[in-house]
Amino acid sequence: MNSGALASNLFNALSLGSILLLIALGLAITFGLMRVINMAHGEFIMAGAYATYVTQNFFQSKFPNFIGWYLIASIPFAFCVAALLGWLLEATVIRRLYGRPLDTLLATWGVSLILQQLARTIFGSLGVNVQSPAWLGGNWKLGESLVVPHERVFIMAVALGCLAGMGIFLYYSQVGRRIQAVMQNRDMASCLGISTRKVDALAFSVGSGLAGIAGCALTMLSSIDSNVGTKYIIDSFMVVVLGGVGSLAGAVAGALGMGVLNTVWEYETTASLGRVLTFVCVILFLQWKPQGLVATRSRALD
Amino acid sequence: MQQNQNADVASCRTWSRSYLGTTPKMPLRAVAAASLFASLLVVGGCGSNSTQSPSGTTASTGVSTASTSETSTSNQPTGDTVKVGILHSLTGTMAISEVSVKDAEMMAINEINAKGGVLGKKIEPVVEDGASDWPTFKTKAEKLLTQDKVAAVFGCWTSVSRKTVLPVFEKHNGLLWYPVQYEGMETSPNIFYTGATTNQQITPAVEWLLKNGKKKFFLLGSDYVFPRTANAEIKAQLKGAGLTPVGEEYTPLGHREYSTLVDKIKAAKPDIIFNSLNGDSNVEFFKQLKAVGLTAKDMPTMSVSIAEPEIQAIGADKLAGHWAVWNYFQTTNTPENKKWVADFKKANPKTPVTDDPMEAGYFGVYLWKAAVEKAKSFDVAKVKAASDGITFNAPGGPVKIDGKTQHVWKTVRIGVVQPDGQFKEVWNSGKPIKPDPYLDAYPWAKGLKDKLQT
Amino acid sequence: MVITALLLAPLLLSDFRLGLLGRFLAYAILALGLDLIWGYTGILSLGHGVYFGLGAYCAAMYLKLEATGGKLPEFMGYSGIEQLPFFWQPFRFAWLAFPLAMIVPAALAAMLGYFAFRSRIKGVFFSILSQALALVMVTLFLSQIGLIGGTNGITNFKTIFGHDINDSATQRAFYFLTVATLALTYVLCRWLVHGRFGKLLLAIRDAENRVRFTGYDPVGFKVFVYAISAALAGLAGVLFVLQVGLITPTEMDVPHSIRMVLWVALGGRATLIGPILGTLLVNFGENALSESYPAMWSLMMGVAFLACILFMPRGLMGLVNDANRWIKNRRERSSSTRIAEKSVTSHATTETIENSVV
Repeated sequence: MNSGALASNLFNALSLGSILLLIALGLAITFGLMRVINMAHGEFIMAGAYATYVTQNFFQSKFPNFIGWYLIASIPFAFCVAALLGWLLEATVIRRLYGRPLDTLLATWGVSLILQQLARTIFGSLGVNVQSPAWLGGNWKLGESLVVPHERVFIMAVALGCLAGMGIFLYYSQVGRRIQAVMQNRDMASCLGISTRKVDALAFSVGSGLAGIAGCALTMLSSIDSNVGTKYIIDSFMVVVLGGVGSLAGAVAGALGMGVLNTVWEYETTASLGRVLTFVCVILFLQWKPQGLVATRSRALD
Repeated sequence: MQQNQNADVASCRTWSRSYLGTTPKMPLRAVAAASLFASLLVVGGCGSNSTQSPSGTTASTGVSTASTSETSTSNQPTGDTVKVGILHSLTGTMAISEVSVKDAEMMAINEINAKGGVLGKKIEPVVEDGASDWPTFKTKAEKLLTQDKVAAVFGCWTSVSRKTVLPVFEKHNGLLWYPVQYEGMETSPNIFYTGATTNQQITPAVEWLLKNGKKKFFLLGSDYVFPRTANAEIKAQLKGAGLTPVGEEYTPLGHREYSTLVDKIKAAKPDIIFNSLNGDSNVEFFKQLKAVGLTAKDMPTMSVSIAEPEIQAIGADKLAGHWAVWNYFQTTNTPENKKWVADFKKANPKTPVTDDPMEAGYFGVYLWKAAVEKAKSFDVAKVKAASDGITFNAPGGPVKIDGKTQHVWKTVRIGVVQPDGQFKEVWNSGKPIKPDPYLDAYPWAKGLKDKLQT
Repeated sequence: MVITALLLAPLLLSDFRLGLLGRFLAYAILALGLDLIWGYTGILSLGHGVYFGLGAYCAAMYLKLEATGGKLPEFMGYSGIEQLPFFWQPFRFAWLAFPLAMIVPAALAAMLGYFAFRSRIKGVFFSILSQALALVMVTLFLSQIGLIGGTNGITNFKTIFGHDINDSATQRAFYFLTVATLALTYVLCRWLVHGRFGKLLLAIRDAENRVRFTGYDPVGFKVFVYAISAALAGLAGVLFVLQVGLITPTEMDVPHSIRMVLWVALGGRATLIGPILGTLLVNFGENALSESYPAMWSLMMGVAFLACILFMPRGLMGLVNDANRWIKNRRERSSSTRIAEKSVTSHATTETIENSVV
C-alpha cells in the first residue's frame, strides 16, 4: 500500500468504524447493563431514520427557509422517538424476561418483525430518502487520492459527540453513576438503595435513543425502508463481542477494530471475502482474549 | 456469566414452583397465550379458503369456492367468479419493489370488475406473499395452481423467482404473467412476458448511445444473473461495432463502498457508464461520483434498473441529468397514462408513484382478459392459442402479444432524470418493437444463445 | 400412533399438502438437532441455517451434475468458468455427495465449536458468533455466482438415480424417506439424551463449572454434540432439496436461522416431541396465516412469538405437562402438596409425557 491508498483506507476504516460505534454505543449500554441482546435494536435505528425523514418533510412544509437545519433538529427528535420505543419495549417485554437472556433475544426478534411491518403500513413499502443539507454536500480534497465527503465527517462528529455525551453521562452524572453501579454489581447496588428497575428502564431508553441517532446518521448513506436497520446490526453485535462488555472504551476499540479489519481485508481481497476473513480474525482473536479487547475485571467464577 | 447462562432454565423452574406449592390451578397466562396462538392458527386455517376481495378486506367466498375443491381437476370456473392468483413478495427485502406491482394489478382487476368482469364473471384475486424467499414462491405457486385452481397468475419480480416457479407452471399447465424487464434467452409455454426483453431495452439503448458518439463503455453491475447476462450481450453488440468496453466491474449485492471503483472509472476515462447496479448500491455509487466531481455532463450513465421508485429512494438530487431506458415513464404523454396515473394516485395515496413494471403488471391483466374473451374460455391452451396479435392501449403506448414467443411488442423510451424525480423523455422508438428474446435477428448475437441459455 | 398417522397421510392429503408436510418433517429433523444443543446443552445457535444450507448445497451439486450430464452448470457458463472447479469433483458421485452433506456441516461446526468453546465463549456471546457466521456465509455464497450460482442458488434438477425428480411417485418416496429419517433421528436423540451422555449434557447446561470440577472436560462434549446437531441440520437440508428442488443462500440467512430456534422454543425445549410439534405447528400456522392475510401475517407471527415466549416459557410441552399435573393434582387434592413437590423435577414428567404421546 502506498501512502495515498493508506490514507484513503484509514479514512474508510474510521468512517465505517464511526457508524459501527454509533450503533454499538447503544448496544453496549443495553447489553452491558442487562446482558440483553435486543434484536429490535435495528428497528430502533429504522425508527430514527424515519424520524429524520419526517423532520425533513416537516421543515419543507413549515419552515422552508430553515431547511438546511432540519438535520440538526432531527437528532434530538430521532433520539426521543427511539428512546420512547425502547422504554415501551422495556416496560412491556424485557422486564418480564429478566434473567432469561436467550428468551429476551427471541422475544425481541418477534418485536422486530412487528416493527418492520408497522413501518411498511405507516410509510408504505417504497424506499424514501432524505436530501443532505447543502452544507454537507461538498467534500475536501486532501492530496491525490483522498477525498473526504462532508457527510462522512458529519457522521464521525456525531459519533464522537455521542461518545463524549455518554462518557459525561455515565461517569459524571449521578444517574450515570447509578447505572454503572448496577452494571458492576446489581445485588450490591440494590442493597444500597438504588432502584434497579428504574435504572434498567432509564438505561434501556438511553441505549435505544442512541440507536435512533445512529438511524439519523445512516440516512446520509442509505435510502430508508423497513430493512434499513438490519444492514449493520450484526456487525455491531460483533463490535460488542470484540470490544468487550461493560465499558465505553470497549465499544470504541471494538468499532475501530471491526472498521480496520473490514476495510483492509476488502482492499486486499473482495468485499465478500473480506467479511469472511474479518470473521475468522475475530474468532482467532477471541482465542487469545476471550473477554474482548477491553475486559472489565471480575473475580467471580467465569 | 454463569448465572445468566442458566438463568433461563432456572427461571422456568422457579416459575413452575411458584404455583405448584400452593393451590393447584392452571397458569392463566399460559392458557391465555396458548389460546391466542391457537386462535391465530384457527383463524388462519379457516381463512385459507377465503380470499382477499378487491377492496382489500377478507371475505368468505362461500358458494363460489365450493366448485374448486381439492379433487376437481379443471380450472374452469363454474360459479359467477373466476379466480386469479397474485404472487408477489409483500414482506422481506423485495417488498420494496413488488408491493406496488401488486397494487397496480389489483387496480386493473378492480376496474375490470367494475365494468362487469370477464366473460360475465367477476375476477376474484387470490393474493399470496412470496416473502422474498424462493422456496416460498414455489410453494405458493403450487398452492395457487392445485388448491385454488386459478385461471392465471400475475406475479414474480426477480429472475430467480420466475425460474423457481417455472417448472411448477409447466407441470400443472398454469399461466404466469411476468411483468418485469429481464435478461432474455427464455421462452416458456406457460409464461407470458409483459416486461421488456433485451432487444426492447438494452440493445436499443446501446444503439442510441453509439449513434450519439459514445464509444468507450464502462460496464458496471451488481453481481447476479441479470447484469452478467446483460453485459455479455452488450459486449457482443459492441464487438459487432468493432468496440470493446474500457472496463467491466461487478460488486456484490448490497455493496456500498464505491470510492475505489469510482477511482478505477476515472482512470479508464469512459464516455458512458452502463449501469445495472441494484437498489441501494446506487445511493453510494452516485454519491461517490458526485463527490469526486463527476457530474452527469462529464460522465453520463445509462441505467437499466432505476425507475421512479428507485429515484425516490436514492434521491433525485444525486441522479439528475443521468439517463435510464424503459418502456414507460410516469411522464409518458398518452391520454391513457394521464388517467392511469391520476387513478392510481387516488387509489394509493401513500405510494403515489408509477413505473414500468407496474405498468406491465397492469396491462398484463387486460391482455389476459382480452385473450380470454377472444378464446371465449378460461382454458390455458385456448387462451394461449387466442393470444397472438391481441392489442391493448396501455399507459405506455399500444402493446401487442407476439404469440410465438409469448412476449409483448413495446415502445422503447430513453429518459433523463429531472430534479423533481421524474423522467423527461429524450428519445423513443416511435413504434412498438418486436420482441426477440434470443436476439435471433441480430448478426452480432450469433452463438450467444448457446452460451447464455439457461 | 403418530407414525401410523404420518404413514397414512399420503392417502388423505393432496400432493401439495403432502409436499408441505414432507418439507416440514425435514425441518423437524433439524429442530431435533437444535434441541440437542439448546434444550439439553444450553448452547443457542443462531446460525443453524448455515449447516442446513451446506447439506442442501452438497445434495444440490450432485443433482445439478446429474441434470447437466457432467457438463458445466449454466451459471458457470455466463461467468466465464471453463472447467468444473475442484470442489465440485466429489459431487459427481452419489456415494460421496450424500455423506459429505453431513460431514461438511459437522466439520465446520466442530471447527467453530472448538475455537469458541475452548476459549469459554458461551451464552449470548456464542449466539452472536453463530449469527455472524450465518451472515458471513450468506455474503460469501451470494458473491460466488460463477462457482455456486450466487443469489439464484442451484436449481433446475431433472432426475435422481434415473427417476424424474418432479414426478409425484418420486416425491412420495421422498416423503416416506423423510418420515423414516425423522423416526431414526428421534430414536438416536432419545438414546443420546437418556443415557449417561444426556445427563452430562444437562449438567453442562446447568452448571458447567461443576462438571469441570468433577473431572470432565466439557469442551469435547460440547463440540461433539454441536457437530451432531450440525450433521442433522445437513441431513434436513438434503431432504429439503430433494423435495423442494432448489437451494439459495436466503435459506441460510439469519432470519431463517432464528425462525428455526423459535420452532424449538414454541414446541418446548429439552423435550423430544416438543421440537417436532413446534416445527409442524409454526410452519403450518405461518402457511395458513400468510394465505389468509398476505400483507399482515408477519406482524401476527411476531405477536404470536412474543406472546409464547412471554407466557409459555417452556413451550407447548410445558403446557401439556402443566395440564397433566393440574389434572393429577385435582384428582388427589387431599395430598396434593406432597405429590406436587415430588414431581417438581420437570424432566421426569417430560419423560412420562413423551412416552404417553408416542
